[in-house]
Amino acid sequence: MASDNKKVKIKVTNLHKYFDKNEVLTGIDAEITEGEVVCVIGPSGSGKSTFLRCLNKLEKATSGDIVIDGYDITDKKVDINKVRENIGMVFQQFNLFPNMTVKKNIMMAPVELKKMTKPEAEQKAISLLERVGLSDKADSFPGELSGGQQQRVAIARALAMNPDIMLFDEPTSALDPEMVGEVLDVMKELAAEGMTMVVVTHEMGFAREVADRVLFMADGVIMEEGSPEELFGNPQNERTRDFLKKVL
Amino acid sequence: MNFGRVLTEATPLLLEGIKLTIGVSLIAIAIGIVIGLIMCLMKMSSSKILSAIAGIYIWVIRGTPMLVQAFIVFFGFPQLIQLFAPSFRLDAFTAGIITLSLNAGAYLAEIFRGGILAVPKGQSEAARSLGLSKSKTMLKVVLPQAFKFSIPSLVNQFIISIKDTSILSVIGLAEIVNKAKTYVGKSYEFFSTYIFVAVYYLVIISILMIISNYIEKKLKYEGKK
Repeated sequence: MASDNKKVKIKVTNLHKYFDKNEVLTGIDAEITEGEVVCVIGPSGSGKSTFLRCLNKLEKATSGDIVIDGYDITDKKVDINKVRENIGMVFQQFNLFPNMTVKKNIMMAPVELKKMTKPEAEQKAISLLERVGLSDKADSFPGELSGGQQQRVAIARALAMNPDIMLFDEPTSALDPEMVGEVLDVMKELAAEGMTMVVVTHEMGFAREVADRVLFMADGVIMEEGSPEELFGNPQNERTRDFLKKVL
Repeated sequence: MNFGRVLTEATPLLLEGIKLTIGVSLIAIAIGIVIGLIMCLMKMSSSKILSAIAGIYIWVIRGTPMLVQAFIVFFGFPQLIQLFAPSFRLDAFTAGIITLSLNAGAYLAEIFRGGILAVPKGQSEAARSLGLSKSKTMLKVVLPQAFKFSIPSLVNQFIISIKDTSILSVIGLAEIVNKAKTYVGKSYEFFSTYIFVAVYYLVIISILMIISNYIEKKLKYEGKK
């Protein structure tokens, strides 16, 4: 669904990643355009999370290029902290700061990085909490919230910096089943608003419904990619068929 | 053995000693926290030189008795410095604080390191992903949590430092044991005097333990509150 006149947000060329001598990513090429929602699926150990974490340099690429909004983040001269301000990330384990209230969690980065004054950040936090349906939890501590609520706060926290790319690393995998829906709903809204999103997920229903494009990864490469209709309806690769048979 | 006599005669002396004991330990633990924090960050830094310096410091302090350290600081260093500045003098109070701070600093460095390592990696990843620099992440996200994890061990180190102050009686620091020795020298009331000293220590340290338990309980709740 990515139309050709849209801006390329993420361009990955021949990405390799080793952990010691273990090659986890064995040459990945990918291009993600503005407003596109890309879901990455695949068996565990296929390198999907590593791929995602390379996109904001939480993992350093061993070789290859990763260009985000024109900045090659594999280049040491590029200030990764600046680039990261425009890339929100949501983790499987939420990773909220347990010693800060929900509101402080959201306000911390914009205030520390001098993007907003304290009152501005507070205003932002309140409106973001409204958006994820947690207005009443502003002064709670993360430990008092359910998993689903924590993850919605984590999404709000990532949005506080007004990023134009959002990365999701298995955002619903640590949740009890009844809480998966509330998190996916927030993500769906975000997708509908035109956010560029890369989502590593096991939620095939979400991928089918929301993704513009689905990447199937195995053995550290993208084995197959296409629209959800193509990939789920008529998978070409043997590995894709095999995987889908197991999970669907 | 005249407990009554010792109680009335020695108590004023011992109370004076206790004041000094607590004062010296408080100052030393405060300086020790600063030293410990710096050494801990140096040891964990990616610079091999800084990490080696901190490693050697911790190794030397932990690998030698405090009695020897006190002798080196009080008798040794002044002799060395007097080679260049003959008028240099070091009083027992200063030497005692230096020894005790250096000692506490080494143990606290390891305590803080343990605290930092106890903060889940996801915490700093979350902060870094928001665009915070390495040092800001350390300062704003990791250290506050690490410090909290360290508080019980920190109080424990404080208890150890209070007890270790007694070692400094050998360099003439007029803390409680030193005062007791002086009194015993005149009165020959070994048993009752030293029993009183032990009781005083027990009282101070028990108070600290109660505070420590209270803090620990409070911290446990805070995560859920």
